[in-house]
Amino acid sequence: MSVILALDISLAVLVLAVAVWTIVSREAFAAVVGYVAYGLLVSLVWVRLFAVDVALTEAAIGSGVTGVLLISAAVRLRGTEAAVAAEWPGAASRLLAAALCIVVTAALAAVVLMMPDPGATLAPEAARHLAATELGNPVTAVLMAFRALDTLLEKVVLFLAAIGVWSLAADANWGGIAGPPHATHRRGALAFLAQLLPPVGIVVAIHIVWVGANEPGGAFQGGAILAAMWLIVIMARLAEAPAIGGRRLRLALVAGPAVFLAVGLAGFAVAGAFLAYPAGLAKPLIVFIEVFMTLSIAVSLPMLVLGPPHRPRDWPSS
Amino acid sequence: MSIAIDIFSVVAICAGAAFFMAGSVGLLRFPDSLTRLHALTKADNLGLGLVVLGLLPQADSLLGGLKLVAVWLLVQLASATVAQLIAHALRRRGPGT
Repeated sequence: MSVILALDISLAVLVLAVAVWTIVSREAFAAVVGYVAYGLLVSLVWVRLFAVDVALTEAAIGSGVTGVLLISAAVRLRGTEAAVAAEWPGAASRLLAAALCIVVTAALAAVVLMMPDPGATLAPEAARHLAATELGNPVTAVLMAFRALDTLLEKVVLFLAAIGVWSLAADANWGGIAGPPHATHRRGALAFLAQLLPPVGIVVAIHIVWVGANEPGGAFQGGAILAAMWLIVIMARLAEAPAIGGRRLRLALVAGPAVFLAVGLAGFAVAGAFLAYPAGLAKPLIVFIEVFMTLSIAVSLPMLVLGPPHRPRDWPSS
Repeated sequence: MSIAIDIFSVVAICAGAAFFMAGSVGLLRFPDSLTRLHALTKADNLGLGLVVLGLLPQADSLLGGLKLVAVWLLVQLASATVAQLIAHALRRRGPGT
């Protein structure tokens, strides 16, 4: 057994162990910490599978942004945890849940084990037509050209998710500042980080979006880094969270899906199909869409993390 | 010459791994949160520094090497900040936790 294989197997065992620990831990906060560690380990697994694009996304979204979202949720739910623990389900419902879990696991295992080996793949097909997109990164080519409709719908879902979070607000809070009210005006170490990190983070994010055409990276990863920079600045109280009624915020939210849709519709006129790119213009168009998608992702992720809006007492009545 | 560079890399990375090990042992064995924090941040910064130092001669290009150094600096910045935040939260909560 080679060293690399031994390392891969121990990585897989570690992922499973952290997953089990996350599920069995009774405290929500501990489970979230386990989930973040799990996400980071899974992104290592993606690196080992040579899927660096997926690894970047998993680390940035699966572990990073979702981690922050879940931590703030766990902190907000802390007061209710004792009541939830008291409502421990009876033996019958626990047995039923266990049986259902076993059935789902068995079905998944059966599907995985029955897959043909090597599995059905469109990879050679995608690689053959990569030149038509003028892109160097096959993942970007699949996301933005071959399966562009999926990516477009994914962006619309993100937009709808932000609206869903906003719609949880009470009527009186509509149009207020995103996120719950904050008691303290905190500075110190976090403010120092929030001043030092964003210039670096913004450069790295733009770099990742730009190289996404030819190397691992792209709008989602870069957008997530930009979102993180904005969140740090908001969390350190260096800047106030935006009002959800703001025109600029809303324009930024819809820019990505809107530009994507517009280019897709223009495809009817220019290239004869929805989301088709005219020959020779594929790469510039894709980069153009990605810039706006990055903006929308960078704005919608913080809206999801911050949560429903509130209205401060000194807020001017509209 | 290339063998000497490889030996340097292996020695530096192993030393880095030893620091990570020491930090993990400290995390598990030290009695309270502040000492555990101390063990983690000090050992990890040095450990990662040594790993990066060992990887530097193996980098493809100058830009690759600079990226490695940037990773080390960013991790140092992040872990120093997080250590401050955790220590601050501990102090607010009061002694004995």
